Amino acid sequence: MTFDTEYFNIGYLDSLSYKDTFVHRIDPRVKLIVTFIFILVVVSFPKYELSSLMPFFVYPVFLLTAGDVPIRAIAKKVLFISPFAIFIGIFNPLLDTKVMVTVLGIPITGGWISFFSIIVKFILTVSTALLLIAVTSFPGICEALERLKLPRIFVIQLLFLYRYLFVLLKETLRMVRARDARSFGKRGKEIKTFIRLISVLLLRTLEKAERIYQAMLSRGFRGEIRVSKRHRLKYHDIIFAIFSISIFFLFRNFDVVDYIGEILNRSFR
Amino acid sequence: MSHHIVELKDVYFHYPDRTEALKGISFKILHGESVGIAGANGAGKTTLLLNLNGHLLPTEGEISIGEVPLCKKTRQEIRKKVGFVFQRTDDQLFMPTVYEDVAFGPVNLGLTEAKVDERVRNALEMVGCLHLSSRPPHRLSEGQKKAVAIATVMAMNPDILVMDEPASNLDPKSRRQLINLLRGFEHTKIIASHDLDLILDVCERCIIIKEGRVVADGYTEEILSNETLLEENNLELPLSRQYLHIKQPF
Repeated sequence: MTFDTEYFNIGYLDSLSYKDTFVHRIDPRVKLIVTFIFILVVVSFPKYELSSLMPFFVYPVFLLTAGDVPIRAIAKKVLFISPFAIFIGIFNPLLDTKVMVTVLGIPITGGWISFFSIIVKFILTVSTALLLIAVTSFPGICEALERLKLPRIFVIQLLFLYRYLFVLLKETLRMVRARDARSFGKRGKEIKTFIRLISVLLLRTLEKAERIYQAMLSRGFRGEIRVSKRHRLKYHDIIFAIFSISIFFLFRNFDVVDYIGEILNRSFR
Repeated sequence: MSHHIVELKDVYFHYPDRTEALKGISFKILHGESVGIAGANGAGKTTLLLNLNGHLLPTEGEISIGEVPLCKKTRQEIRKKVGFVFQRTDDQLFMPTVYEDVAFGPVNLGLTEAKVDERVRNALEMVGCLHLSSRPPHRLSEGQKKAVAIATVMAMNPDILVMDEPASNLDPKSRRQLINLLRGFEHTKIIASHDLDLILDVCERCIIIKEGRVVADGYTEEILSNETLLEENNLELPLSRQYLHIKQPF
Protein backbone atom coordinates (compact mmCIF):
# COMPACT_ATOMS: atom_id res chain seq x y z
CA MET A 1 0.00 0.00 0.00
CA THR A 2 2.37 2.69 -1.16
CA PHE A 3 -0.31 5.30 -1.54
CA ASP A 4 -1.30 4.93 2.12
CA THR A 5 2.24 5.49 3.34
CA GLU A 6 2.71 8.51 1.08
CA TYR A 7 -0.51 10.00 2.40
CA PHE A 8 0.55 9.62 6.00
CA ASN A 9 4.03 10.97 5.22
CA ILE A 10 2.60 14.26 4.05
CA GLY A 11 0.35 14.39 7.06
CA TYR A 12 3.34 13.71 9.30
CA LEU A 13 5.33 16.76 8.22
CA ASP A 14 2.18 18.82 8.68
CA SER A 15 1.53 17.47 12.16
CA LEU A 16 5.07 18.38 13.22
CA SER A 17 4.35 22.00 12.43
CA TYR A 18 1.67 22.19 15.12
CA LYS A 19 4.06 21.55 18.01
CA ASP A 20 4.78 24.33 20.41
CA THR A 21 8.47 25.07 20.88
CA PHE A 22 10.58 28.21 20.86
CA VAL A 23 11.21 27.89 17.12
CA HIS A 24 7.53 27.26 16.39
CA ARG A 25 6.62 30.45 18.23
CA ILE A 26 8.94 32.73 16.23
CA ASP A 27 7.03 35.02 13.89
CA PRO A 28 6.71 33.19 10.53
CA ARG A 29 7.81 36.32 8.68
CA VAL A 30 11.11 36.31 10.55
CA LYS A 31 11.66 32.61 9.92
CA LEU A 32 10.85 33.03 6.24
CA ILE A 33 13.24 35.96 5.77
CA VAL A 34 16.05 34.43 7.80
CA THR A 35 15.77 31.17 5.90
CA PHE A 36 15.68 32.99 2.60
CA ILE A 37 18.83 34.92 3.46
CA PHE A 38 20.45 31.69 4.67
CA ILE A 39 19.81 30.04 1.31
CA LEU A 40 21.09 33.05 -0.61
CA VAL A 41 24.28 33.18 1.45
CA VAL A 42 24.94 29.45 1.05
CA VAL A 43 24.37 29.57 -2.69
CA SER A 44 26.62 32.62 -3.08
CA PHE A 45 29.82 30.67 -2.23
CA PRO A 46 32.19 30.05 -5.15
CA LYS A 47 32.23 26.61 -6.67
CA TYR A 48 35.47 25.31 -5.12
CA GLU A 49 34.43 26.24 -1.59
CA LEU A 50 33.89 23.35 0.75
CA SER A 51 35.35 23.86 4.20
CA SER A 52 33.83 27.29 4.79
CA LEU A 53 30.34 25.89 4.07
CA MET A 54 30.58 23.59 7.07
CA PRO A 55 29.77 26.14 9.81
CA PHE A 56 26.42 26.74 8.13
CA PHE A 57 25.16 23.40 9.38
CA VAL A 58 24.62 25.21 12.66
CA TYR A 59 21.34 26.69 11.42
CA PRO A 60 19.53 23.51 10.28
CA VAL A 61 20.85 21.68 13.34
CA PHE A 62 19.48 24.47 15.51
CA LEU A 63 16.03 24.23 13.87
CA LEU A 64 16.15 20.47 14.16
CA THR A 65 16.97 20.32 17.84
CA ALA A 66 15.14 23.38 19.13
CA GLY A 67 12.12 22.55 16.99
CA ASP A 68 12.04 18.97 18.24
CA VAL A 69 11.95 17.56 14.70
CA PRO A 70 13.01 13.92 14.29
CA ILE A 71 16.04 13.85 11.99
CA ARG A 72 14.76 10.76 10.13
CA ALA A 73 11.75 12.62 8.75
CA ILE A 74 13.95 15.27 7.18
CA ALA A 75 16.83 12.99 6.15
CA LYS A 76 14.51 10.69 4.23
CA LYS A 77 13.06 13.52 2.21
CA VAL A 78 16.48 15.01 1.47
CA LEU A 79 17.69 11.61 0.31
CA PHE A 80 14.61 11.22 -1.84
CA ILE A 81 15.36 14.29 -3.96
CA SER A 82 19.16 13.97 -3.83
CA PRO A 83 19.42 12.39 -7.33
CA PHE A 84 18.70 15.82 -8.80
CA ALA A 85 21.71 17.35 -7.10
CA ILE A 86 23.92 14.35 -7.80
CA PHE A 87 23.18 14.50 -11.52
CA ILE A 88 23.97 18.18 -11.66
CA GLY A 89 27.50 17.57 -10.38
CA ILE A 90 28.22 14.02 -11.46
CA PHE A 91 30.35 14.93 -14.47
CA ASN A 92 32.45 17.52 -12.68
CA PRO A 93 35.13 14.99 -11.59
CA LEU A 94 35.49 13.81 -15.21
CA LEU A 95 35.66 17.23 -16.81
CA ASP A 96 37.73 19.10 -14.27
CA THR A 97 40.85 17.04 -13.60
CA LYS A 98 43.16 19.77 -12.36
CA VAL A 99 44.68 18.68 -9.05
CA MET A 100 43.85 21.23 -6.36
CA VAL A 101 45.18 19.70 -3.15
CA THR A 102 46.94 16.55 -2.05
CA VAL A 103 45.71 14.90 1.11
CA LEU A 104 47.93 12.15 2.56
CA GLY A 105 49.49 11.67 -0.86
CA ILE A 106 46.14 11.32 -2.67
CA PRO A 107 45.64 14.00 -5.31
CA ILE A 108 42.18 15.58 -5.20
CA THR A 109 40.93 17.23 -8.37
CA GLY A 110 38.88 20.41 -8.67
CA GLY A 111 36.02 18.34 -10.08
CA TRP A 112 35.59 16.35 -6.92
CA ILE A 113 35.72 19.46 -4.75
CA SER A 114 33.09 21.27 -6.81
CA PHE A 115 30.95 18.11 -6.84
CA PHE A 116 30.97 17.87 -3.07
CA SER A 117 30.41 21.60 -2.81
CA ILE A 118 27.20 21.15 -4.82
CA ILE A 119 26.10 18.28 -2.60
CA VAL A 120 26.75 20.21 0.61
CA LYS A 121 24.94 23.26 -0.71
CA PHE A 122 22.05 21.04 -1.71
CA ILE A 123 21.81 19.39 1.71
CA LEU A 124 22.01 22.74 3.47
CA THR A 125 19.36 24.51 1.41
CA VAL A 126 16.88 21.65 1.01
CA SER A 127 17.00 20.52 4.62
CA THR A 128 16.55 24.10 5.81
CA ALA A 129 13.56 24.62 3.53
CA LEU A 130 12.00 21.39 4.78
CA LEU A 131 12.70 22.35 8.36
CA LEU A 132 11.06 25.71 7.81
CA ILE A 133 7.87 23.86 6.82
CA ALA A 134 8.24 21.48 9.76
CA VAL A 135 8.51 24.27 12.33
CA THR A 136 6.03 26.70 10.80
CA SER A 137 2.41 25.79 10.16
CA PHE A 138 1.37 26.24 6.56
CA PRO A 139 -1.23 28.91 7.37
CA GLY A 140 1.57 30.70 9.24
CA ILE A 141 3.73 30.75 6.12
CA CYS A 142 0.79 32.00 4.07
CA GLU A 143 0.20 34.76 6.60
CA ALA A 144 3.87 35.71 6.34
CA LEU A 145 3.74 35.79 2.53
CA GLU A 146 0.62 37.93 2.62
CA ARG A 147 2.19 40.39 5.04
CA LEU A 148 5.36 40.50 2.99
CA LYS A 149 3.17 41.82 0.20
CA LEU A 150 2.96 38.79 -2.04
CA PRO A 151 -0.11 39.26 -4.28
CA ARG A 152 -3.11 38.03 -2.34
CA ILE A 153 -4.40 35.82 -5.13
CA PHE A 154 -1.31 33.59 -4.79
CA VAL A 155 -1.67 33.37 -1.04
CA ILE A 156 -5.30 32.34 -1.34
CA GLN A 157 -4.39 29.72 -3.92
CA LEU A 158 -1.88 28.31 -1.45
CA LEU A 159 -4.41 28.31 1.37
CA PHE A 160 -6.93 26.39 -0.70
CA LEU A 161 -4.23 24.04 -1.91
CA TYR A 162 -3.36 23.25 1.67
CA ARG A 163 -6.96 22.80 2.75
CA TYR A 164 -8.03 20.56 -0.10
CA LEU A 165 -4.81 18.66 -0.64
CA PHE A 166 -5.76 16.42 2.26
CA VAL A 167 -9.39 16.08 1.20
CA LEU A 168 -8.38 15.14 -2.34
CA LEU A 169 -5.71 12.73 -1.16
CA LYS A 170 -8.20 11.04 1.12
CA GLU A 171 -10.67 10.75 -1.72
CA THR A 172 -7.99 9.18 -3.92
CA LEU A 173 -6.98 6.90 -1.09
CA ARG A 174 -10.53 5.61 -0.79
CA MET A 175 -10.77 5.00 -4.54
CA VAL A 176 -7.43 3.20 -4.66
CA ARG A 177 -8.52 1.01 -1.75
CA ALA A 178 -11.82 0.22 -3.44
CA ARG A 179 -9.98 -0.73 -6.61
CA ASP A 180 -7.50 -2.91 -4.74
CA ALA A 181 -10.30 -4.67 -2.91
CA ARG A 182 -11.76 -5.87 -6.17
CA SER A 183 -8.67 -6.46 -8.27
CA PHE A 184 -6.53 -9.49 -7.77
CA GLY A 185 -2.92 -9.66 -8.70
CA LYS A 186 -2.24 -7.69 -11.84
CA ARG A 187 -5.75 -7.71 -13.24
CA GLY A 188 -7.66 -4.54 -12.56
CA LYS A 189 -4.54 -2.48 -12.10
CA GLU A 190 -3.89 -1.76 -15.77
CA ILE A 191 -3.39 1.72 -17.11
CA LYS A 192 -6.97 1.64 -18.41
CA THR A 193 -8.53 1.56 -14.97
CA PHE A 194 -6.02 4.15 -13.80
CA ILE A 195 -7.19 6.55 -16.51
CA ARG A 196 -10.81 6.05 -15.47
CA LEU A 197 -9.89 6.59 -11.85
CA ILE A 198 -8.23 9.88 -12.69
CA SER A 199 -11.16 11.08 -14.80
CA VAL A 200 -13.67 10.25 -12.08
CA LEU A 201 -11.47 12.12 -9.64
CA LEU A 202 -11.46 15.15 -11.91
CA LEU A 203 -15.25 15.14 -12.18
CA ARG A 204 -15.62 14.79 -8.44
CA THR A 205 -13.22 17.67 -7.93
CA LEU A 206 -15.27 19.89 -10.23
CA GLU A 207 -18.47 19.02 -8.38
CA LYS A 208 -16.78 19.65 -5.09
CA ALA A 209 -15.53 23.03 -6.30
CA GLU A 210 -19.09 23.94 -7.16
CA ARG A 211 -20.33 23.00 -3.69
CA ILE A 212 -17.50 24.85 -1.97
CA TYR A 213 -18.27 27.94 -3.98
CA GLN A 214 -21.90 27.73 -2.88
CA ALA A 215 -20.79 27.41 0.73
CA MET A 216 -18.62 30.48 0.30
CA LEU A 217 -21.42 32.48 -1.28
CA SER A 218 -23.82 31.59 1.47
CA ARG A 219 -21.44 33.18 3.92
CA GLY A 220 -21.24 36.42 2.03
CA PHE A 221 -18.21 35.80 -0.21
CA ARG A 222 -17.78 38.59 -2.75
CA GLY A 223 -14.46 37.84 -4.29
CA GLU A 224 -12.21 38.67 -1.39
CA ILE A 225 -10.71 36.61 1.40
CA ARG A 226 -8.92 38.25 4.28
CA VAL A 227 -6.00 36.30 5.67
CA SER A 228 -6.11 36.65 9.42
CA LYS A 229 -3.18 38.17 11.25
CA ARG A 230 -2.36 36.21 14.33
CA HIS A 231 1.29 37.02 14.85
CA ARG A 232 2.80 40.16 16.21
CA LEU A 233 6.49 40.95 15.97
CA LYS A 234 8.05 40.52 19.41
CA TYR A 235 11.43 41.28 20.94
CA HIS A 236 12.75 37.78 20.69
CA ASP A 237 11.79 37.63 17.00
CA ILE A 238 13.95 40.64 16.21
CA ILE A 239 16.81 39.36 18.35
CA PHE A 240 16.62 36.00 16.60
CA ALA A 241 16.69 37.68 13.20
CA ILE A 242 19.60 40.01 13.95
CA PHE A 243 21.60 37.28 15.67
CA SER A 244 21.22 34.67 12.95
CA ILE A 245 21.71 37.03 10.03
CA SER A 246 24.87 38.48 11.51
CA ILE A 247 26.19 34.98 12.10
CA PHE A 248 25.52 34.11 8.46
CA PHE A 249 27.49 37.14 7.33
CA LEU A 250 30.29 36.31 9.73
CA PHE A 251 30.52 32.80 8.27
CA ARG A 252 30.36 34.21 4.76
CA ASN A 253 33.09 36.79 5.11
CA PHE A 254 35.52 35.11 7.49
CA ASP A 255 36.75 31.61 7.02
CA VAL A 256 35.86 30.38 10.49
CA VAL A 257 37.16 26.85 9.91
CA ASP A 258 40.53 28.21 8.83
CA TYR A 259 40.64 30.49 11.83
CA ILE A 260 39.88 27.68 14.30
CA GLY A 261 42.48 25.51 12.59
CA GLU A 262 45.08 28.23 13.01
CA ILE A 263 44.29 28.65 16.71
CA LEU A 264 44.59 24.92 17.26
CA ASN A 265 47.84 24.84 15.30
CA ARG A 266 49.31 27.64 17.38
CA SER A 267 48.33 26.12 20.70
CA PHE A 268 49.87 22.76 19.83
CA ARG A 269 53.15 24.26 18.71
CA MET B 1 -40.31 44.70 11.35
CA SER B 2 -39.74 41.51 9.48
CA HIS B 3 -40.83 38.31 11.11
CA HIS B 4 -38.58 35.95 9.22
CA ILE B 5 -41.49 34.29 7.53
CA VAL B 6 -40.49 31.87 4.80
CA GLU B 7 -43.13 31.62 2.16
CA LEU B 8 -43.15 29.55 -1.03
CA LYS B 9 -45.88 30.08 -3.58
CA ASP B 10 -46.21 27.40 -6.22
CA VAL B 11 -42.49 26.99 -6.77
CA TYR B 12 -41.27 25.07 -9.81
CA PHE B 13 -37.68 24.31 -10.55
CA HIS B 14 -35.98 22.38 -13.30
CA TYR B 15 -32.28 21.94 -13.82
CA PRO B 16 -30.67 23.06 -17.08
CA ASP B 17 -30.81 19.43 -18.27
CA ARG B 18 -34.62 19.58 -17.93
CA THR B 19 -34.81 17.34 -14.87
CA GLU B 20 -37.83 18.62 -13.03
CA ALA B 21 -36.98 18.70 -9.36
CA LEU B 22 -39.75 20.84 -7.88
CA LYS B 23 -43.28 20.78 -9.24
CA GLY B 24 -45.35 23.37 -7.50
CA ILE B 25 -44.35 23.58 -3.86
CA SER B 26 -46.20 25.93 -1.53
CA PHE B 27 -45.85 26.37 2.20
CA LYS B 28 -45.41 29.04 4.79
CA ILE B 29 -43.08 28.80 7.76
CA LEU B 30 -43.62 31.22 10.61
CA HIS B 31 -41.16 32.94 12.88
CA GLY B 32 -39.47 30.53 15.30
CA GLU B 33 -40.96 27.39 13.81
CA SER B 34 -38.90 24.24 13.39
CA VAL B 35 -39.78 22.30 10.30
CA GLY B 36 -38.45 18.94 9.25
CA ILE B 37 -38.39 18.05 5.58
CA ALA B 38 -38.44 14.36 4.76
CA GLY B 39 -38.79 12.31 1.61
CA ALA B 40 -37.22 9.56 -0.43
CA ASN B 41 -33.83 9.92 -2.09
CA GLY B 42 -34.19 12.20 -5.07
CA ALA B 43 -37.52 13.63 -3.89
CA GLY B 44 -36.14 17.17 -4.17
CA LYS B 45 -35.13 17.99 -0.62
CA THR B 46 -31.70 19.38 -1.41
CA THR B 47 -32.98 21.28 -4.44
CA LEU B 48 -35.64 22.85 -2.25
CA LEU B 49 -33.07 23.95 0.32
CA LEU B 50 -30.77 25.39 -2.34
CA ASN B 51 -33.72 27.43 -3.56
CA LEU B 52 -34.26 28.91 -0.11
CA ASN B 53 -30.84 30.48 -0.21
CA GLY B 54 -30.84 31.70 -3.79
CA HIS B 55 -28.18 29.28 -4.99
CA LEU B 56 -30.84 28.11 -7.34
CA LEU B 57 -33.61 30.43 -8.41
CA PRO B 58 -37.09 29.01 -9.03
CA THR B 59 -37.99 28.74 -12.70
CA GLU B 60 -41.58 29.55 -11.77
CA GLY B 61 -43.35 30.68 -8.63
CA GLU B 62 -42.21 32.91 -5.83
CA ILE B 63 -40.18 32.61 -2.66
CA SER B 64 -40.14 35.34 -0.05
CA ILE B 65 -38.08 35.42 3.07
CA GLY B 66 -38.92 37.91 5.79
CA GLU B 67 -41.33 39.51 3.34
CA VAL B 68 -38.52 40.16 0.83
CA PRO B 69 -39.06 38.39 -2.48
CA LEU B 70 -36.05 36.26 -3.38
CA CYS B 71 -34.42 37.17 -6.68
CA LYS B 72 -30.96 37.77 -8.09
CA LYS B 73 -30.81 41.27 -6.62
CA THR B 74 -31.92 40.42 -3.12
CA ARG B 75 -30.14 37.14 -2.62
CA GLN B 76 -27.01 38.72 -1.14
CA GLU B 77 -29.16 40.29 1.56
CA ILE B 78 -31.18 37.14 2.08
CA ARG B 79 -28.05 35.08 2.59
CA LYS B 80 -27.27 37.22 5.61
CA LYS B 81 -30.52 36.07 7.17
CA VAL B 82 -30.47 32.46 6.09
CA GLY B 83 -27.67 30.39 7.58
CA PHE B 84 -27.01 27.32 5.48
CA VAL B 85 -25.34 24.23 6.93
CA PHE B 86 -24.29 21.96 4.09
CA GLN B 87 -24.39 18.21 4.17
CA ARG B 88 -20.69 17.70 3.60
CA THR B 89 -18.48 19.39 6.13
CA ASP B 90 -15.46 19.36 3.84
CA ASP B 91 -17.35 21.62 1.49
CA GLN B 92 -18.41 23.93 4.27
CA LEU B 93 -15.05 24.31 5.96
CA PHE B 94 -12.69 25.75 3.39
CA MET B 95 -10.33 27.91 5.41
CA PRO B 96 -7.02 26.62 6.81
CA THR B 97 -7.96 26.87 10.48
CA VAL B 98 -11.18 26.59 12.46
CA TYR B 99 -10.91 30.15 13.71
CA GLU B 100 -10.49 31.65 10.26
CA ASP B 101 -13.32 29.54 8.94
CA VAL B 102 -15.75 30.76 11.58
CA ALA B 103 -14.48 34.31 11.03
CA PHE B 104 -15.05 34.15 7.28
CA GLY B 105 -18.74 35.08 7.43
CA PRO B 106 -18.47 37.89 9.99
CA VAL B 107 -15.50 39.37 8.10
CA ASN B 108 -17.59 39.43 4.93
CA LEU B 109 -20.37 41.16 6.84
CA GLY B 110 -17.87 43.98 7.28
CA LEU B 111 -17.56 43.83 11.05
CA THR B 112 -14.59 45.29 12.91
CA GLU B 113 -11.79 43.01 14.03
CA ALA B 114 -12.85 43.06 17.69
CA LYS B 115 -16.44 42.36 16.79
CA VAL B 116 -15.42 39.47 14.54
CA ASP B 117 -13.34 38.01 17.34
CA GLU B 118 -16.28 38.23 19.73
CA ARG B 119 -18.63 36.57 17.26
CA VAL B 120 -16.18 33.76 16.57
CA ARG B 121 -15.60 33.08 20.24
CA ASN B 122 -19.29 33.07 21.05
CA ALA B 123 -20.14 30.77 18.17
CA LEU B 124 -17.38 28.31 19.03
CA GLU B 125 -18.30 28.45 22.71
CA MET B 126 -21.92 27.70 21.82
CA VAL B 127 -21.00 24.45 20.06
CA GLY B 128 -18.31 23.61 22.60
CA CYS B 129 -15.37 23.84 20.23
CA LEU B 130 -13.45 26.86 21.45
CA HIS B 131 -10.43 24.68 22.21
CA LEU B 132 -10.20 23.68 18.53
CA SER B 133 -9.85 27.19 17.17
CA SER B 134 -6.25 26.95 15.94
CA ARG B 135 -6.63 23.47 14.42
CA PRO B 136 -6.82 22.84 10.69
CA PRO B 137 -10.12 21.20 9.65
CA HIS B 138 -8.43 18.06 8.36
CA ARG B 139 -7.34 17.28 11.90
CA LEU B 140 -10.89 17.16 13.31
CA SER B 141 -13.24 14.25 13.73
CA GLU B 142 -16.47 14.20 11.76
CA GLY B 143 -18.48 15.22 14.84
CA GLN B 144 -16.18 18.13 15.55
CA LYS B 145 -16.33 19.23 11.92
CA LYS B 146 -20.12 19.23 12.05
CA ALA B 147 -20.14 21.32 15.22
CA VAL B 148 -17.67 23.77 13.70
CA ALA B 149 -19.75 23.93 10.51
CA ILE B 150 -22.72 24.97 12.62
CA ALA B 151 -20.56 27.54 14.40
CA THR B 152 -19.52 29.06 11.06
CA VAL B 153 -23.16 29.74 10.37
CA MET B 154 -24.09 30.83 13.89
CA ALA B 155 -21.30 33.42 13.82
CA MET B 156 -23.30 35.31 11.22
CA ASN B 157 -26.31 35.63 13.55
CA PRO B 158 -28.81 34.29 11.04
CA ASP B 159 -32.55 34.46 11.65
CA ILE B 160 -33.24 31.25 9.82
CA LEU B 161 -31.18 28.08 10.01
CA VAL B 162 -31.30 25.72 7.04
CA MET B 163 -29.63 22.34 7.43
CA ASP B 164 -29.14 19.48 5.02
CA GLU B 165 -28.74 16.13 6.80
CA PRO B 166 -27.21 17.57 9.96
CA ALA B 167 -26.71 14.21 11.69
CA SER B 168 -25.20 12.15 8.87
CA ASN B 169 -21.98 10.31 9.82
CA LEU B 170 -22.24 11.21 13.49
CA ASP B 171 -21.79 8.74 16.30
CA PRO B 172 -24.80 8.40 18.64
CA LYS B 173 -23.37 10.68 21.33
CA SER B 174 -22.39 13.44 18.89
CA ARG B 175 -25.82 13.09 17.32
CA ARG B 176 -27.49 13.52 20.71
CA GLN B 177 -25.33 16.59 21.43
CA LEU B 178 -26.33 18.04 18.08
CA ILE B 179 -30.02 17.46 18.82
CA ASN B 180 -29.70 19.18 22.18
CA LEU B 181 -27.87 22.05 20.52
CA LEU B 182 -30.58 22.44 17.89
CA ARG B 183 -33.32 22.34 20.49
CA GLY B 184 -31.57 25.18 22.28
CA PHE B 185 -31.70 27.51 19.27
CA GLU B 186 -34.63 29.85 19.01
CA HIS B 187 -34.15 30.41 15.29
CA THR B 188 -36.54 29.36 12.62
CA LYS B 189 -35.17 25.99 11.61
CA ILE B 190 -35.61 24.07 8.38
CA ILE B 191 -34.02 20.65 8.53
CA ALA B 192 -33.94 18.14 5.71
CA SER B 193 -33.11 14.66 6.96
CA HIS B 194 -33.69 10.96 6.71
CA ASP B 195 -33.16 10.73 10.44
CA LEU B 196 -36.83 10.83 11.41
CA ASP B 197 -36.05 10.48 15.09
CA LEU B 198 -34.04 13.65 14.87
CA ILE B 199 -36.95 15.42 13.20
CA LEU B 200 -39.25 14.05 15.87
CA ASP B 201 -36.99 15.42 18.60
CA VAL B 202 -36.28 18.83 17.08
CA CYS B 203 -39.20 19.84 14.90
CA GLU B 204 -42.83 20.30 15.79
CA ARG B 205 -43.83 20.42 12.14
CA CYS B 206 -42.95 18.11 9.30
CA ILE B 207 -43.30 18.36 5.53
CA ILE B 208 -43.04 15.30 3.32
CA ILE B 209 -42.00 15.74 -0.28
CA LYS B 210 -42.52 13.26 -3.06
CA GLU B 211 -41.35 13.78 -6.62
CA GLY B 212 -41.16 17.52 -6.18
CA ARG B 213 -44.55 17.98 -4.53
CA VAL B 214 -45.67 18.40 -0.95
CA VAL B 215 -47.66 15.30 0.00
CA ALA B 216 -48.05 15.97 3.70
CA ASP B 217 -47.64 18.99 5.93
CA GLY B 218 -48.60 19.01 9.59
CA TYR B 219 -47.64 18.13 13.13
CA THR B 220 -44.59 15.90 13.26
CA GLU B 221 -46.26 13.60 15.80
CA GLU B 222 -49.16 12.93 13.45
CA ILE B 223 -47.22 12.61 10.23
CA LEU B 224 -44.44 10.45 11.56
CA SER B 225 -46.88 7.97 13.06
CA ASN B 226 -48.81 7.51 9.82
CA GLU B 227 -47.28 4.27 8.69
CA THR B 228 -48.86 4.04 5.23
CA LEU B 229 -47.86 7.61 4.35
CA LEU B 230 -44.30 6.95 5.43
CA GLU B 231 -44.04 3.71 3.53
CA GLU B 232 -45.30 5.34 0.35
CA ASN B 233 -42.36 7.69 0.62
CA ASN B 234 -39.62 5.11 1.19
CA LEU B 235 -39.61 6.03 4.87
CA GLU B 236 -40.23 4.05 8.02
CA LEU B 237 -41.71 4.76 11.39
CA PRO B 238 -39.11 6.46 13.57
CA LEU B 239 -37.36 3.91 15.79
CA SER B 240 -38.85 5.37 18.94
CA ARG B 241 -42.36 4.91 17.48
CA GLN B 242 -41.62 1.36 16.36
CA TYR B 243 -40.84 0.50 19.93
CA LEU B 244 -44.24 1.77 21.10
CA HIS B 245 -45.85 -0.14 18.30
CA ILE B 246 -44.43 -3.46 19.39
CA LYS B 247 -45.11 -2.77 23.04
CA GLN B 248 -48.82 -2.06 22.63
CA PRO B 249 -50.22 -5.60 22.06
CA PHE B 250 -48.79 -6.84 25.36
